[in-house]
Amino acid sequence: MSIPFTTQFINLLASVLLLIAFAMLSQRRILSLINLFAMQGLVLALSTFVVAYSTAQHHLYYSAALTLLLKVLVLPWLLHRLIRKLNVRWDVETLINIPTTMLVGIVLVIFAFNLAAPISQLSESITRGLIGIALASVLLSLLMMITRRKAISQVVGFLAMENGLFFAATSATHGMPLVVELGIALDVLVATFIFGIFFFQLRETFDSLDITHMEKLKDDNS
Amino acid sequence: MMAMDQTLGILFQFYQSLLVVLLAPLLTGWVSQCRAWLQNRTGPGLLQPYRTLRKLFHKDAVIAHNASPLFRITPYILFGCMWLAAAIIPIIAVDLPFSPAADVIALVGVFALARVFIALAAMDIGTAFGALGARREMLVSFLAEPALLMVLFTASLISQSTQLPRIVEALAHHQFVLYPSLAFAALAFVIVLLAENARIPVDNPGTHLELTMIHEAMILEYSARHLALIEWASSLKLFAYISLGIALFFPHGIAEVGAMVGNWGGALPLAITALLAKLVMAGAGLALLETLLAKMRIFRAPEFLGTAFLLAVLGLLIHFLLGA
Amino acid sequence: MIDLQLTALLLVPLLGGLLLAAFGSRSWAAELNSLMSFCTFAASVALTIRVVEAGPQVAFNEQFFIDQFNVFLVALTAFVAFTTSLFSRPYMRIEQHHGKLTTSMLHLYYSMYQLFTFTMLVALTANNMGIIWVAMEAATLTTVLLVSLYRTPASLEAAWKYFILCGVGIALALFGTILLYFAAERVLGHGGTALLWTHLNQVKGDLEPTVLKLAFIFLLVGYGTKIGLVPLHSWLPDAHAEGPTPVSAVLSGLLLNVALCAVMRSKVLVDGSLGTHFAGNLMMGFGLLSVVVAALFLSRQKDIKRMFAYSSIEHMGLITFAFGMGGPVATFAALLHMTVHSLTKSAIFFAVGHAVQKAGTQQMENIRGMLQISPTVGWGMMLGTLAILGMPPFGVFASEFLIITTAMHDYPWATPILLAALGIAFAAIFGKVQPIVFGETTAKPLPHSPALIPVFAHLLLVLILGLYMPPYLANWYRQAAVLLG
Repeated sequence: MSIPFTTQFINLLASVLLLIAFAMLSQRRILSLINLFAMQGLVLALSTFVVAYSTAQHHLYYSAALTLLLKVLVLPWLLHRLIRKLNVRWDVETLINIPTTMLVGIVLVIFAFNLAAPISQLSESITRGLIGIALASVLLSLLMMITRRKAISQVVGFLAMENGLFFAATSATHGMPLVVELGIALDVLVATFIFGIFFFQLRETFDSLDITHMEKLKDDNS
Repeated sequence: MMAMDQTLGILFQFYQSLLVVLLAPLLTGWVSQCRAWLQNRTGPGLLQPYRTLRKLFHKDAVIAHNASPLFRITPYILFGCMWLAAAIIPIIAVDLPFSPAADVIALVGVFALARVFIALAAMDIGTAFGALGARREMLVSFLAEPALLMVLFTASLISQSTQLPRIVEALAHHQFVLYPSLAFAALAFVIVLLAENARIPVDNPGTHLELTMIHEAMILEYSARHLALIEWASSLKLFAYISLGIALFFPHGIAEVGAMVGNWGGALPLAITALLAKLVMAGAGLALLETLLAKMRIFRAPEFLGTAFLLAVLGLLIHFLLGA
Repeated sequence: MIDLQLTALLLVPLLGGLLLAAFGSRSWAAELNSLMSFCTFAASVALTIRVVEAGPQVAFNEQFFIDQFNVFLVALTAFVAFTTSLFSRPYMRIEQHHGKLTTSMLHLYYSMYQLFTFTMLVALTANNMGIIWVAMEAATLTTVLLVSLYRTPASLEAAWKYFILCGVGIALALFGTILLYFAAERVLGHGGTALLWTHLNQVKGDLEPTVLKLAFIFLLVGYGTKIGLVPLHSWLPDAHAEGPTPVSAVLSGLLLNVALCAVMRSKVLVDGSLGTHFAGNLMMGFGLLSVVVAALFLSRQKDIKRMFAYSSIEHMGLITFAFGMGGPVATFAALLHMTVHSLTKSAIFFAVGHAVQKAGTQQMENIRGMLQISPTVGWGMMLGTLAILGMPPFGVFASEFLIITTAMHDYPWATPILLAALGIAFAAIFGKVQPIVFGETTAKPLPHSPALIPVFAHLLLVLILGLYMPPYLANWYRQAAVLLG
């Protein structure tokens, strides 16, 4: 029982990350979904900070700051603005069969843990085991994207998936080189902008952000 | 020394059993008093449950003509089960004579036994409400029970034992460690506690509204001493659940009998004070939770309990992955 | 040193993107676009000459790496990007004339086109596996608005699908990259060098096999989404059919290659670490599945661009299969097939684009008798189709012949499957293209004369490659094949 306190704390944050992934999976309201996403970013920034502190990796402080800036402030702010402008702030999504989705989610978590188990065995770093949680939250976000019918929730799922990947990078490898991280952050930011443009184009064309309108392209009727 | 230990143990066991049966209505009273305060009401006072019990015991029992013996014995079985459950959960000291019986799975079994009888008794008379209540109770419990088991498994995995005293020892007498899995389990446990004790988001113990009631629907046909026993059993059940929660998640302060030999003045008052403080806190917390939450539609209850199950399973999985 | 050539190669399209972002709505924007593409092509030629003379090199603090394998793709990419820009000049003007596009849309198109070229060139030349990922993602981002350029419901749907599917795919590839870094960090230590391919290549034998195995699965699935491997292909036909034809041409001819290049870089590392044929088997499986499924889907298509998109899936599957087989001959054939497929497929899309403009529809049953109204477009389509179907004497025949003979030697069980799929594809495509080219016409003349030089230039090159392989080119392929194992 001589695990250092920082590790315990990171473990706790990882568990919270997983919990938030599940909460997002079952959240019906778009506004709360975005808030959950911001919260996930906060947990991510915090855990990066703790990893940076406990391993004395200085560049991780920058990543933590970058995460805080991008994922807690800028992206949620952008999304909030978007839903206000698109007037979908209070939209509630009808989710079918949350319990089944949750069960599938649990199966995914078990799958991710199994997949990551051999890797965790190899790691002598303080944060072994976290890669499984990271993979699980990536898969859960993927599941969320599949089960959602609203464009915005799909995008939040996409961004949440990126959060999971970032967590994998910090926890398993103590962060990618800074160049790469900056590049990834830039990509995510640009992607969000493009998604924003898309929302407006979609609404202009379909009068709705519901992607059920967009299941026309099939091999038979085109 | 050993003989001394054992005598002391039996004495303690006796005192604890007596204590819980007497203290349980007080806890119920405390919770409703806190609720009253939180809702800006004066409240009936802490001793109201005792007054109710006395009143009920003085009345004559009315029993339906077609009631079977099952209907009559159920209150006693219920009371016995709950008393047993509350008595074996280590709340003051860990190594008592009944300790070997305090296995978490057995405990769930005791709760289930009580539930089966009350559900059968509810259907015994053949009124619509009884059957409806029984059906709803079963719906809630079939979701709550696995969640409770998962919570208990998580705790047993950490301490490598399904014996409650061992779990308490393992958790209380080691240095402080953050257990994310246990945190998840605690959340799940709170949800199960609310559901199993007919508290507010799932059931409202204060009303007899046929659309929503679960527990009250089952005991509508009971009166006088039978009803008193059932009410008392409910208090004991709440007490048992809260003390189970304390034992699993806040076990610090629970004493070992061995440590108390020759140290009468220190350990026992400390353990009792700790227990009382924790009970007071838990009761207030429960009242706060009940005030903040809104009663949910009965069909949302499975979702609510599903969350508990999910949390408990996550706790279990996280334990396997992180070893913590 | 190759710093100068590389700087020119990367800076020109970036500068072009910025210039066109500023001046994209001017009347000479199309000419500027072609000019910048030409300069990029010139820089790629200079770079190629340099690398052929001096061998593999690293540049810019080892962040970029050029060897025989990627320099040939750089040259190919720059060339096709240049010819496509030539083709898009009249094509886009006709679209504008037809009222399908506005000036602001063209503005977006030109600047994104240059930036897309830039991201592809970065992805090809980067030495850092992380940068490769960033560039691949950026390539998606630059093209997604091009796919939805027409703003029709169908094009928006296609672009959304493209964005989401490739976004998810590429996210999985990032997980693979993280795993790769995780394995590399244990050997190379923490810091910037642990993602550099050249360093990884030196220590590939020491990398942890279990991690690399998992990493490769993620990388293959991730980048495989971009390659359009079945079952991750569903974005590809939509994006090709609904986007503007020049975009279809560069997506099909170039982007798929670039993604494949990233997979090959990973495969070299994984092979070195595992010492087994694991990566190859995986690629062969995906490749074969793609060939078969695409061939079966071909006959069901009614939209002409969609049909050729499925043909791209089929050919990428074939190339993946050939790379998966490994060995000098198969790799040589795969590289050759990459080249000829890029050239032929983009030529076909050029011709198809004009044919669609003349007929006013993409539905094949309504496009008839191209030969009557425009012999050049008609013959371009016919020859291109014959070339892509592997008719001798075109280069596709040579590469397919090599792939199939190698398969017959090493994996005899796969040969009948491949031959059957190619046969089905032949019947499907030829049967549909023939009435389009011959027969009575319904088409209208165009307001601008079409650019058909690129079509015939590409087909000529493919023909030459089929008839006669210049020794230096063969040598070049051989060296690249050795690099890839």
